[in-house]
Amino acid sequence: MAREDYEVVIGLEVHSELSTKTKIFCSCPTEFGGEPNTHCCPVCMAMPGTLPVLNEKVVEYAVKAGIATNCEIAKNSKNDRKNYFYPDLPKAYQISQFDMPLCERGHVEIETENGPKTIRITRIHIEEDAGKLNHDEYGRGSFVDLNRAGVPLIEIVSEPDMRSKEEVEAYMRKLKSILEYIEVSDCKMQEGSLRADVNVSVRKKGEIKFGTRTEMKNMNSFRSIVRAVEYEANRQIDLIEAGGEVEQTTLRWDDISGKTFPMRDKEDAQDYRYFPDPDLVAIKISDEYVENIKNNLPELPESRKKRYIEEFKLPEYDAKLITASKYLSDLFENATKVCNNPKSVSNWIMSDITRILNEKEIEPDEIPFTAEQLGNLVVLIDKGTISTSIGKKVLTEMFENAEEPSKIIEKNGWVQISDEGAIKEVVMKVLEENAQSVADYKAGKDKALGYLVGQAMKATKGKANPGMLNKMFLEELKK
Amino acid sequence: MELYELTAHELRDKLANKEVTSKEITESFAKRIQEKEPDVKAFVNTTLDTAIQKAEEVDRKIASGEKLSSLAGIPIGIKDNICTKGVKTTCSSRMLENFVSPYDATVMEKINDEDLVMLGKLNMDEFAMGASTEYSYFKKTSNPWDLNKVPGGSSGGSAAAVAANMVPWALGSDTGGSVRQPASFCGVVGLKPTYGLVSRYGLVAFASSLDQIGPITKDVEDNAILLNMIAGHDEKDSTSANVEKKDYTKALVNDVKGLRIGLPKEYFGEGINPEVKEAVMKVAKKYEEMGATVEECSISVTDYALATYYILACAEASSNLGRFDGIRYGYRTENFNNLKDIYRNSRSEGFGPEVKRRIILGTYVLSSGYYDAYYKKALKVRTVVKQAFKELFKKYDVLLTPTSPTTAFDIGTRSNNPLEMYLADICTVSINIGGVPAISVPCGLDSQGMPIGFQLIGNHFDEETLYKAAYTYEQNTNFKENKPTFKK
Repeated sequence: MAREDYEVVIGLEVHSELSTKTKIFCSCPTEFGGEPNTHCCPVCMAMPGTLPVLNEKVVEYAVKAGIATNCEIAKNSKNDRKNYFYPDLPKAYQISQFDMPLCERGHVEIETENGPKTIRITRIHIEEDAGKLNHDEYGRGSFVDLNRAGVPLIEIVSEPDMRSKEEVEAYMRKLKSILEYIEVSDCKMQEGSLRADVNVSVRKKGEIKFGTRTEMKNMNSFRSIVRAVEYEANRQIDLIEAGGEVEQTTLRWDDISGKTFPMRDKEDAQDYRYFPDPDLVAIKISDEYVENIKNNLPELPESRKKRYIEEFKLPEYDAKLITASKYLSDLFENATKVCNNPKSVSNWIMSDITRILNEKEIEPDEIPFTAEQLGNLVVLIDKGTISTSIGKKVLTEMFENAEEPSKIIEKNGWVQISDEGAIKEVVMKVLEENAQSVADYKAGKDKALGYLVGQAMKATKGKANPGMLNKMFLEELKK
Repeated sequence: MELYELTAHELRDKLANKEVTSKEITESFAKRIQEKEPDVKAFVNTTLDTAIQKAEEVDRKIASGEKLSSLAGIPIGIKDNICTKGVKTTCSSRMLENFVSPYDATVMEKINDEDLVMLGKLNMDEFAMGASTEYSYFKKTSNPWDLNKVPGGSSGGSAAAVAANMVPWALGSDTGGSVRQPASFCGVVGLKPTYGLVSRYGLVAFASSLDQIGPITKDVEDNAILLNMIAGHDEKDSTSANVEKKDYTKALVNDVKGLRIGLPKEYFGEGINPEVKEAVMKVAKKYEEMGATVEECSISVTDYALATYYILACAEASSNLGRFDGIRYGYRTENFNNLKDIYRNSRSEGFGPEVKRRIILGTYVLSSGYYDAYYKKALKVRTVVKQAFKELFKKYDVLLTPTSPTTAFDIGTRSNNPLEMYLADICTVSINIGGVPAISVPCGLDSQGMPIGFQLIGNHFDEETLYKAAYTYEQNTNFKENKPTFKK
């Protein structure tokens, strides 16, 4: 059988760091970075005798995520201990949730080439992040950094509803967008605040039973997830085709070699010995609490899209693309506030910004410049200070160093020439040097005008006001 | 009479009348400790130098007219599983032999706020697991009434130090009887408060759902005073109850007329030493004479209490003690080639046999395949126990039982027989499972001259009735005339 005769089945466990100010069980900051072991206290370092106190914001954020993904919110929930030894886990147990998660039975909709598709969400639960091990490059040992220990996470577990790498990417992007919109996570994948464990299995098309799955841990870029799903699915198919059997294992994806490797052997099969954490009290959630959060949920992408079409007269396609990412959408709205030219901002986002993001293989949240700077760029073009073509060069610069467009223009001497005398001087010079084209134009070859304008642009390094150039050439050629 | 023979409230009154200074009091106890410690071996570490400095500071403050707590300048001893900033907190374990806590337990903050003078950290069974203080890594504490006998445990150092007048009072911790049983063995008063009344923040956890810090004192009045100091809601402990703060000394009323006392028959049956039984029955009689009503009752579910206790306590302990992994603090083996070796060898070398036994037991009952049969079932029994207490307290104000089935036993006779050691907790564990308060009060000596204690069990957050009943008994009897003999 060929690879095409198989169906890939994928389920995801997505971990998202919540953007609460303080950690889940103590009042240390959740801020990313910082010198090792500076964002910790006796509680998150698990000093003897310390006790956790649940940060209520964490429950609120998780409930928000549950509502935004159409989950049922539990009335009664609790925290459980997941016991295992690892140096980045100072208590030797992670406080998580086992059999009574905060949110269950939700779903989100994704776009596929065959139209919209529902991906079911099994559950969303809260837990604490572990610290980090920094392995010494000279092999002198490993160093434990507990800054991240106790940063709140939600784990969003999907049903095995995805059937292709494209669906996986669409689902991840959808979740990311939702979490960003409801402002519970900054979802910075490069900082690890959104990462996924990817479960992959294959089965012959038409088969009802699932195949044996493997799990790839801690994937933190769309690109690697997509590559890993493709690689792992093919590996499993080839294995089966060769008469082998897939083993249920945990794998590590290696981005450089583009392959998966087993992470743990069978001997280490973990029994986490979950049990209710006796240091914490039961979580009770009232209907009013849920109702209140529901009523105060920030505007979601669907509603923004509608508003963009109605209020800003954007084409549906543009509105959809921009609202797919909260960062782009916020960029659009805030830049528009500065320049009052939604159409132009939308064009910049749809064309040049999207192109540069693709070229650079970065996500919108990594755009270095501010919405205000983008708005100012549009203002400068609208005022005629620079031309659109110079604007493109300025934008490229803005991706390199997030400076004010006016500064970039000044530094590079890109101010548009709109002085009538100066323009006339260039026009006269070009006419003089291109007698043949003048003759062609007068002989009825309209295309020659374009050539002349181009020459003038070249002479001014693109700074001449194109409208004025055109007008002046026409006037002179009429004479 | 020496200052060290006085109770804390007597010392308080002398300080208030300016008859003595805190330095004189502290020096009196320091001298007593130096004299008796070689026999009793109650302390893991003493802090006598800083204690005298602290006493001098309090005296200066008093002299300069500063307004201080009425208990400022009174010494105290602390069980070595309560974290004290800057002073070693060892839990009597090799694992924490050199561990210095970077923070104070909430109870220590309260004690320091009132300017008490800490004399040192008291010996215990390793990580509070035991009933004789023989499982300390450092030393075996002796019972001041007979140095060949155990002081009980796990707060054996605390109870022995109070009985030997080495400290006026002390803090212990009680997970299954660890305050009450040693108090009973040493002839002093020990209270296990209602679960949630005293903050556990800074108490090195053994079994989180059962642990409570409790006062060990020479008399009931001191006990109420010390509970006043340490009780109260703490934001740092989610399980601490947000109940109104009470003044327990107001309950010290010499009157039990109309008090309804239940005698649960299960506590007077098989395994209870006849002398103990007789002494506690005499207490019941005394209460009747003083105007209380006494009636036999039953709480049959307590037959399962010991098994339930050892499942729950060990399960929680197996998880709570995971953090002692040789990575960040505490003992680390020198013998390792990889991470697994660090874990395996640090824990093998750092923990004693009883701690290991309970970790293994606890790990087992939480393992997949066994969880439902053991841990889950134990949780169900716990609910039944709570319900049974609730029912009984509809009919009775307090329940009267022995604190321990026997008096103090000889050192070395049980430490190699864990099951027999576990039986020492048979009268006390169900109280922790139920979360209710109980107090142990001395009521006589057995034929060998060893103290016998009785236990009063109260309803949730009704420490007042316990104090009232205990105080009335104490006021109308004369156990205090008996003194420890330090028999060799």
